[in-house]
Amino acid sequence: MVETKKMIKIIINDQELSVPEGITILEAAHQVGVKIPTLCHLDLHDLKMVNQTASCRVCMVEAPGRNSLVPACVTKVSEGMEVNTHTTRAITARRMAVELLLSNHPNECFTCPKNLQCELQALAAELGVREIRWEGERMDYPKDLTSDAIVKDANKCIYCRRCETACNIVQTCGILSGIGRGFDVFVGPFANIPMVESSCTYCGQCVAVCPTAALTEVNHTAKVWEALNDPDKHVIVQTAPAIRVAIGELFDMEPGTIVTGKLVTSLKRMGFDAVFDTDFGADLTIMEEASELIYRIKNNKTLPILTSCCPAWVKFIEHQFPELLEIPSTCKSPHIMFGTIVKTFYAKKHGLDPDNIVVVSIMPCIAKKAEAKRPELTKDAHNNVDIVVTTRELGAMIKEAGIDFDKLPDSEYDKPLGETTGASVIFGTTGGVIEAAIRTTYEWLTGEELVDVEFTQLRGMEGVREAVVNIGGKELKIGIAHGLGNARILLEGIREGTSHYDAIEIMACPGGCVGGGGQPYHHGNEEIVKKRQEAIYQEDRNKKIRKSHENAEVLELYRQYLGEPYGKLAHELLHTHYEERERI
Amino acid sequence: MTKQQAISVTTPMTQDLPKEKFDELETFIDQMETTKGALIEILHKAQNLFGYLPRDVQLFVARKLGIPGAEVYGVVSFYSYFTTKPRGKYTISCCMGTACFVRGADKIIERLKEILGIESNEITEDGLFTLIDVRCIGACGLAPIVKVDEKVYGRVKEEELEDIINTYRLLEGKK
Ligand code: SF4
Ligand code: SF4
Ligand code: SF4
Ligand code: FES
Repeated sequence: MVETKKMIKIIINDQELSVPEGITILEAAHQVGVKIPTLCHLDLHDLKMVNQTASCRVCMVEAPGRNSLVPACVTKVSEGMEVNTHTTRAITARRMAVELLLSNHPNECFTCPKNLQCELQALAAELGVREIRWEGERMDYPKDLTSDAIVKDANKCIYCRRCETACNIVQTCGILSGIGRGFDVFVGPFANIPMVESSCTYCGQCVAVCPTAALTEVNHTAKVWEALNDPDKHVIVQTAPAIRVAIGELFDMEPGTIVTGKLVTSLKRMGFDAVFDTDFGADLTIMEEASELIYRIKNNKTLPILTSCCPAWVKFIEHQFPELLEIPSTCKSPHIMFGTIVKTFYAKKHGLDPDNIVVVSIMPCIAKKAEAKRPELTKDAHNNVDIVVTTRELGAMIKEAGIDFDKLPDSEYDKPLGETTGASVIFGTTGGVIEAAIRTTYEWLTGEELVDVEFTQLRGMEGVREAVVNIGGKELKIGIAHGLGNARILLEGIREGTSHYDAIEIMACPGGCVGGGGQPYHHGNEEIVKKRQEAIYQEDRNKKIRKSHENAEVLELYRQYLGEPYGKLAHELLHTHYEERERI
Repeated sequence: MTKQQAISVTTPMTQDLPKEKFDELETFIDQMETTKGALIEILHKAQNLFGYLPRDVQLFVARKLGIPGAEVYGVVSFYSYFTTKPRGKYTISCCMGTACFVRGADKIIERLKEILGIESNEITEDGLFTLIDVRCIGACGLAPIVKVDEKVYGRVKEEELEDIINTYRLLEGKK
């Protein structure tokens, strides 16, 4: 039933309009094409990420009858309210708010990692700030470069507290909090310890919403160039499913444009020796994970099984629910599996010394940077994956290389290890991994062909979803959560024994990897994330083969090299283990 | 708010912090009707017990209440009353409020640092004194003011400071 809200009349800049009660001035202004600038405000409604700290005072508007200017982002409309958004007084106040922020902000836009992506910079331009009348005392905190994933530069923090909302409310990780007070306040972890010592999952959702460069990813592009320029290195690259539906945005293409072919061409032009698709690793993951699920069902072992392809989620359970470490699948994540296969099977086949192979992963993800450095995943003295760069970093590299992305012709991924399926593409969105696993589990358990491969009951954007899938008379209860706060809800149910599932998929980022911390900045527009998700399902429909266990090259890999899925060699190469960690 | 973590919060995390004090803090928390909104009160109690708020005590409070450590630290760092370093036996507070400042509090504190050989918020080597600068303590008529624990020295002059400090040193037989 749709709730009908009472409508009220208000006047914005002399335009009368009728709006539902309870909305803010900002939302009302939006309806009549009036743009009020904002900075701290963030509203990803469907992803449940709403920041309403009203700390920046950039959205001040005049509401006659009230004594002073009011912040439009939090002030609710009321019957008969009159609002003037662009009076001299309002404009002056807004400009002043921005100038004050700039007065103690490092003056280094040229070399800043957020140059041209920074919301503070954009705002200064939009408000026509041409001089900064005050010279504030600048903060002088050292940059935190301790982690392999996130750089924290407190001097650039404008204390909008979006990251706190992302980390504490949405992700319930509780890593970030305001430290100190007054002009010196900034955001950091407990006791201002280095990030690497905190329980940070490196999900990067704080990075995704930080308007400035106070929180950014560790940049690894120089390492990639170095490898590409080294004649002794055989450099292979793999791209995650969620890259192809997002990277076009960095070249002014419509969100949700599928650019797989151009992506491959650009990587070939950059000089990689082979361009592969992490989707192959995803199909491999399904072979292993579905086998593990069936093994657990048949042998009455621990259920539910939890998917393990999201490293932020893995780190979350290690810190927050160390008593539940028995339930995640032991499968490595797809790109790590792929790296392992490259350093073993592929190396052997091509007579290459694994030490001279450099595996670069292009990921929508910041957590994967830290994952690739986990000691247990850097087997035999060489990493399974050497370098991880995000969608954003790859975009920058393509520009550096002078490649005109939208004019590129399409090309295909290299072979072998290049064939992929629809099942592996949907790994990029919430619900996709479990759907892919079910497609395979269904056929393996029943021995029948699955005709309709689309399990729409597993799809959508609800934070926590449940569905029952009937597999040959046996009902499998599936749980899905995206966003770590939602994951916490599912895990608490399991710990308390109040809920029962057979299989659960968890992705740390709201929306799944399409909304990953390394994706092009959405700047608060969640429609972008939804369009990427739609594109992922479109790409699935475009594929001839849509089930992982029908990937001929994957099957060939088992035949030639790995043996049985979930067998001895597969265990050694494709599975891993987890560790109890402290919660700080 | 998250649930309490299922770890034993009663085992002291480091040897040098006495278990009895953790026990007492835990009893204090357990006896509260609700811990909602009581963080400051609990930290106050903890500081009284331990003399300061070391990392492990802050984490203990966080885990006991089921809230993030960062949240506890955020509060601790917000109020200058809370201290994360051990305090000397005597706390010397130098008021830096406006009235004291115009009457030369900046010189007073510099002299104190010189005599004690420490900066603000540090503890002297012998463990006797901690020096802190505080905001207006509301006795502006007596500016500039130095307090040693609760004892107020009003209208202090730079030349008197050494004698004041020596009194306490003598008391402790360190002079
Ligand atoms: S990366 Fe994730 S867990 Fe770490 S501080 Fe940011 S939001 Fe919190
Ligand atoms: S780190 Fe970024 S998101 Fe967090 S408060 Fe500072 S400016 Fe805002
Ligand atoms: S959901 Fe995807 S992008 Fe986000 S942390 Fe997990 S693997 Fe990385
Ligand atoms: S956007 Fe409204 S106060 Fe910051």
